[in-house]
Amino acid sequence: MTSDLSAHISGANTVWVLLSAALVMFMTVPALGMFYGGLVKKKNVLNIMMQSFTSLGVVSLIWVSFGYSLAFSPGELIPGILGDFKWAMLSGIGPSDLSPYFVSDSVGRIPHIAFVMFQCMFAVITPAVISGALAERMKFSAFVLFVIVWTVFIYIPLTHMMWSANGLFAKEGLADFAGGTVVEINSGFSALAAALFLGRRRYLKSLPPHNLTYTLCGAAMLWFGWFGFNAGSGLAADGLAAMAFLNTNMAGAAAACVWAALDWIIQKKPTILGFATGGVAGLVVITPAAGFVSLGGALLLGALAGVFCYGMVVFVKNKMGYDDSLDAFGVHGIAGLVGILGTGLLANPAITRGFAMNGGKGIAGLMYGNPALLSVQAQAALVTIVISFGGSLIILKVLDMLIGVRVSAKEEAMGLDVTQHNERAYTILE
Amino acid sequence: MKLIVAIIQPYRLEEVKEALYAADIHLITVSEVLGHGRQKGATEVYRGNHESGNLLRKIRLEIAVNEEYVEPCLEALQTGARTGELGDGKIFVYHLEECIRIRTGERGEKAIG
Repeated sequence: MTSDLSAHISGANTVWVLLSAALVMFMTVPALGMFYGGLVKKKNVLNIMMQSFTSLGVVSLIWVSFGYSLAFSPGELIPGILGDFKWAMLSGIGPSDLSPYFVSDSVGRIPHIAFVMFQCMFAVITPAVISGALAERMKFSAFVLFVIVWTVFIYIPLTHMMWSANGLFAKEGLADFAGGTVVEINSGFSALAAALFLGRRRYLKSLPPHNLTYTLCGAAMLWFGWFGFNAGSGLAADGLAAMAFLNTNMAGAAAACVWAALDWIIQKKPTILGFATGGVAGLVVITPAAGFVSLGGALLLGALAGVFCYGMVVFVKNKMGYDDSLDAFGVHGIAGLVGILGTGLLANPAITRGFAMNGGKGIAGLMYGNPALLSVQAQAALVTIVISFGGSLIILKVLDMLIGVRVSAKEEAMGLDVTQHNERAYTILE
Repeated sequence: MKLIVAIIQPYRLEEVKEALYAADIHLITVSEVLGHGRQKGATEVYRGNHESGNLLRKIRLEIAVNEEYVEPCLEALQTGARTGELGDGKIFVYHLEECIRIRTGERGEKAIG
């Protein structure tokens, strides 16, 4: 990841990365909003969709103001952990500037602005994922403040550590292709903290998901968007992008089929909600691994995600009794962890050989004779868990003392759409 | 005049309509309602979470008839709706005080049919 003055902007790469950024935006709204929206009661569907839209709006503004700069600038306020304000308001970044970041430089670079926007969409979607754990009971005002504070104090430092040129774990050689740590473990364990802190919803048992067709459309759109999320993360339209694209689909397919099969055996019926949930788990698990593992590795990781997430969502959660409402932790936290460790095991140097990382030698995991990678992966995962879980608890505690994070019992019973937004999703007459 | 209200299984609606038509009864009001009787609702499974005690979907029919149509109507409802399983539903029969056809202002037995 160094600047090469001879590099040029490639039109093909630029098209692919801009399109990928748009695909990741589409994953937040409407995809994630619909995936979650169908699972809540109909009196809360607007609120949960509003949370995704809020992420898109608020985090985009933080990102260009100073977020991108703190995450990716070469100067360091805190070495290895936080950049400086050099690129605040994107100052000094023009249309013809080359992106200082690239993963595979074989056929030219992308504009710096394209990298800013691609990363912006990652910052947008991550807090939106957390909203699944706090559904149906969090004050909207508290949510907005949570997104702002969480993005600044948790998302941005983690991004700097894992992905920026001077980042603590980036320099250690962390292999996190599209955000197993920054996006998935981070959102998953923050979600667990939120679910524990907020406590259970009242009236938990009374109603099933209000519209599973929304949820399935959302899952399908997430799957579609994930091709940009993962295959765009090579920042080039090349063979590695195609490889990541292939692995993304196949891991999703493997996990979806495993989950449906487990449902069929254990619950006696294959549920479509299970199939879709398994698919998302497979897409999560392959996120850090997409550009590092072979097809066999992707299929294995997908199957493992199906088994682990099924166990967590169906057995552990129901036994422990915490209310991870829409399984943000059970799917993103667990599959993210499996994926980042799985990359440390299964990274196949034949996949990345010839591309820019690791001097073109390719990146090898434990199975290919490099135990050091697994150690870096485990350390990065542990640090991510501590920061996201602990940091989220602290933020929620402070917000709770300042303004209160949970709606009143009456507001919860009336629904958040009417009480938080003065709006209603569905009418009865006309 | 009587008002007959029947709560039936949704999947028997077509059979009930056929039986009513066969008995020359064509004026019915149908609504979707929720409820349960002795079977205490349904259990559904979402991500392995068993949600029990859910209200069941039922169909509610309202039929206003003159006295000579009461027994044929009750017969038709039972013929169409009965499966012998739990949840086949109930029929309630009320005395009907008055009936007015809004278009013409006709009242009583003339207004029903």
